[in-house]
Amino acid sequence: MAEIESGGGGGKHKGGKKRGKKMSTRVDFTPMVDLGFLLITFFMLTTSMNKPQTMEINMPDKTETQDPTKIKASQTIILLLAKDNKVVYYFVDAVTGEPGTPQITNYGAGGIRATLIKENRDRNKNVDSIPIYKQMLNNRTITEEQYRANVTAIKSFKDGLIVVIKAADKAKYENLVDILDEMLILNIGRYAVVDITAPEVEMLKTVNLE
Amino acid sequence: MPKVKVPRKSTSVDMTAMTDVAFLLLTFFMLATTAKPDEPVTVDTPSSISEIKLPESDIMQLTIDKDGRVFFMTDAQPVRASILERMGEKYKIQFSAEEIKKFSLQATFGIPMSQMKQYLAMSPEEKAKTFFPGIPTDSLNNELGDWIWQTRLANNEVRVAIKGDRDANMPTVKRVMAILQEKKVNRFNFITSMEAGQ
Repeated sequence: MAEIESGGGGGKHKGGKKRGKKMSTRVDFTPMVDLGFLLITFFMLTTSMNKPQTMEINMPDKTETQDPTKIKASQTIILLLAKDNKVVYYFVDAVTGEPGTPQITNYGAGGIRATLIKENRDRNKNVDSIPIYKQMLNNRTITEEQYRANVTAIKSFKDGLIVVIKAADKAKYENLVDILDEMLILNIGRYAVVDITAPEVEMLKTVNLE
Repeated sequence: MPKVKVPRKSTSVDMTAMTDVAFLLLTFFMLATTAKPDEPVTVDTPSSISEIKLPESDIMQLTIDKDGRVFFMTDAQPVRASILERMGEKYKIQFSAEEIKKFSLQATFGIPMSQMKQYLAMSPEEKAKTFFPGIPTDSLNNELGDWIWQTRLANNEVRVAIKGDRDANMPTVKRVMAILQEKKVNRFNFITSMEAGQ
């Protein structure tokens, strides 16, 4: 324990009166400390301090009677989330309105991200300045409001890339979250999650990913 | 010269102060953390770089597990009680005060209305053993839609969060999203976990 006996039992008086041994009133608190820290450890291990992260998504109002928003074919890329963690993307020809050849790629840095970076950069030159603004924010050169205003302006650039996300039935929920995450990473402000159409299911069949 | 006698000092350390510190920390941890609500299914959420935190109150959480079952959860006990009453009225099931109280203590559930009475009569041990079919989402028996609608009526500040498993199948996820849109919830959240290696 935390105490080393040093007094020696408080020696007996020879032949004197028998007296009751004086007991120390001090209580050893060491086990109580042990208990306290044990409980702390238990609580620290069982509880989760961090709240879950979330990702916000906005969907169009279904009750609206007006025609769906028209977007330019030249600035649109259509992503089809297929089975086996594959993404099929194609462009629509701006003149004929015919869908282009489907390209197969995968999730992650070398796959769809590379394509999206290139396409976004081609249409929105300012997208590369977002990391610079971020750096400026970290250095306190610009305020939080200025940073937000600049980023919002770049993201909502009217000729920028529009990504249309269509998930096939064989895709996993993880794929959808991955692709929405990609939109966040690449600062693509204009994207929509839309239902897949019958011609697109046919297109997936032609590349054996239906 | 006589020997210098070193006075014998007691080596005992007073542990009282350390006890104080230990229990102070213990109290802090107990107050600062909220216990995890028990969930009938474990869900492995996909990761993302998003750093938006989920608000603590006014939440309606729809859990989709990897078998495509849908579970429903909302916070605040008084809200839960009023939701069950309204759902009872709609489905012509009379719930006793006892059953409503039991329901309001239950965080997450995934059971059709037809089995709700049996479910509320179960003990926690029985619940742990039972297989829950999830809340029906098909268009003929769209109970999930009713739950969402009644929750919004009971608490119009509520935010919707979808907690899906990585391997949850797309038709179910799309169906849940379509139901949310039908019920005029056009903005919702996907619960994700922290990206590994960030």
